[in-house]
Amino acid sequence: MPTEAARAWRPPPRIANASARRGLWIVATAYAVFALFTVDVDAARIAEGAARAADFFGGWLRPDFFTRWSDIRMGLVESLAMTVVATAAGFVLAIPFGLGASRNLAPAPVYAGCRGALAVFRAFHEVLVAILFVAMFGFGAFAGVMTLVVATIGFLGKLLAEAVEEIDPAPLEALTAAGAPWASRIAFGVLPQVMPRILGLTLYRLDINFRESAIIGLVGAGGIGATLITAFARYEFESVSAILMLIISMLFVAELLSGRLRRRLL
Amino acid sequence: MPANARAGDRQWDWHTPAQRRLRLFGTLATTVFLAWAWTHISSRTTWGFVRDAGVQLQDMGLRMFPPEGSYLSALSRPLVDTLHIATLGTVLGVLIAIPLAFLAARTTTPSERVLRPLALLALVTSRSVNSIIWALILVVLVGPGLLAGILAIALRSVGFVGKLVYEAIEEAPELPVTALRTTGAGRAQSLAFGLVPNVLPVMAGVSVYRWEINIREATILGIVGAGGLGMALQSSIDSLAWSRVSVILGVILGTVVVAEWVSARVRKGLA
Repeated sequence: MPTEAARAWRPPPRIANASARRGLWIVATAYAVFALFTVDVDAARIAEGAARAADFFGGWLRPDFFTRWSDIRMGLVESLAMTVVATAAGFVLAIPFGLGASRNLAPAPVYAGCRGALAVFRAFHEVLVAILFVAMFGFGAFAGVMTLVVATIGFLGKLLAEAVEEIDPAPLEALTAAGAPWASRIAFGVLPQVMPRILGLTLYRLDINFRESAIIGLVGAGGIGATLITAFARYEFESVSAILMLIISMLFVAELLSGRLRRRLL
Repeated sequence: MPANARAGDRQWDWHTPAQRRLRLFGTLATTVFLAWAWTHISSRTTWGFVRDAGVQLQDMGLRMFPPEGSYLSALSRPLVDTLHIATLGTVLGVLIAIPLAFLAARTTTPSERVLRPLALLALVTSRSVNSIIWALILVVLVGPGLLAGILAIALRSVGFVGKLVYEAIEEAPELPVTALRTTGAGRAQSLAFGLVPNVLPVMAGVSVYRWEINIREATILGIVGAGGLGMALQSSIDSLAWSRVSVILGVILGTVVVAEWVSARVRKGLA
């Protein structure tokens, strides 16, 4: 018998399928229990770190731009050069990969090959690729440039392929019907439709590459990351703070500039 | 349409003269900048080492193969640690990000003058510092290990999740909230029933997507001492055990691929 209280309105459950709902709760609870028993936290070490935290944040509040200025400047300029070269080279190389990975343009074997290559380029984190390239090309900016080129091809190539697969096929058909050769079909039927989007994404990638150039230096691939890790290794937190502030402000400016540029392009 | 066509001289042209000048200038500036950047890199490269790269690659390949299969069993603990770092870090990050998103969204923020800029600043800072740099800082503070990794992933995720969620909140329709207010519902009630149901799918989708990215990032945090597979990788590289490095790289690749598959499945279910 339904009583008055049972007839009160309740919001419907967010996951309509009852067994999926229960399953999710069981999995979440089981994982929480499992995590509780396997994550061990060293309380003594944290207490010890708390003392260091004061030191660290003290350094953070007193950024020192001057003591290591020549190193910081060199690192930033190198990061900038790496970013520019890698983005340009990656953009140029991403075009053949992207066109090859488009189902509506490439024959099946080319499609499979290009898709596979792009997947491999994207699977490993930049830092892992950088470790490999540092071993291959030696320490320094060149290994960093190669790392960023690979990451850029993976990123832009995939997005270019997705954009090309969504184009309006009519211009391409018209060009084919008029007997245009392959290169003209691509240049006039495909690229005008995808270029605004790809140029916007390239600007975005410029931003990402600068960010990444700050971390691949940690494993020896040049740039501001190399300066940063050295400052860390020497416990010069004042310099660390200065470097991080410079990175954040440069990224902030880059975001503003690229936003403005993108609006003009689109 | 190009405007430079004259009667009798009807040649089609892609750009106007002003556009052409701008493009020429842009091309020149880009070329000069690129040339400078390349000479800068080139002057700091030891080309002998670069020419040698093929030999190095071959050498590395020979050392990596055959992979030391028995090392696989020693990797179960680092693998579990990596999953913990990514999962717990994502959960913690989302828990911090959601209140910040409500403070940052123009439609829900309690104070547009003070709290909104502060929340936005927190989100930008979180996003600008890579998780590996957060890890570097946290290893100093809480010691090497799992906790540093979890916190690093959480701190980096806050900005990502927060930004996407606050944009979703601003884009959500305001009518349901207004309707609830007119029936006499309180502020919290009207948000809980008028807004949250609309942004919840975005929250869930963004969190799962961030988890997938975090799996990838968690595999390398160990390089700076924050636990997981990266720690095993660093120690194998340091001891020149390349036949173990190939095993670890294989495990990382497998984990990333599985995580991507899980994430794609879950997001498809949510959509």
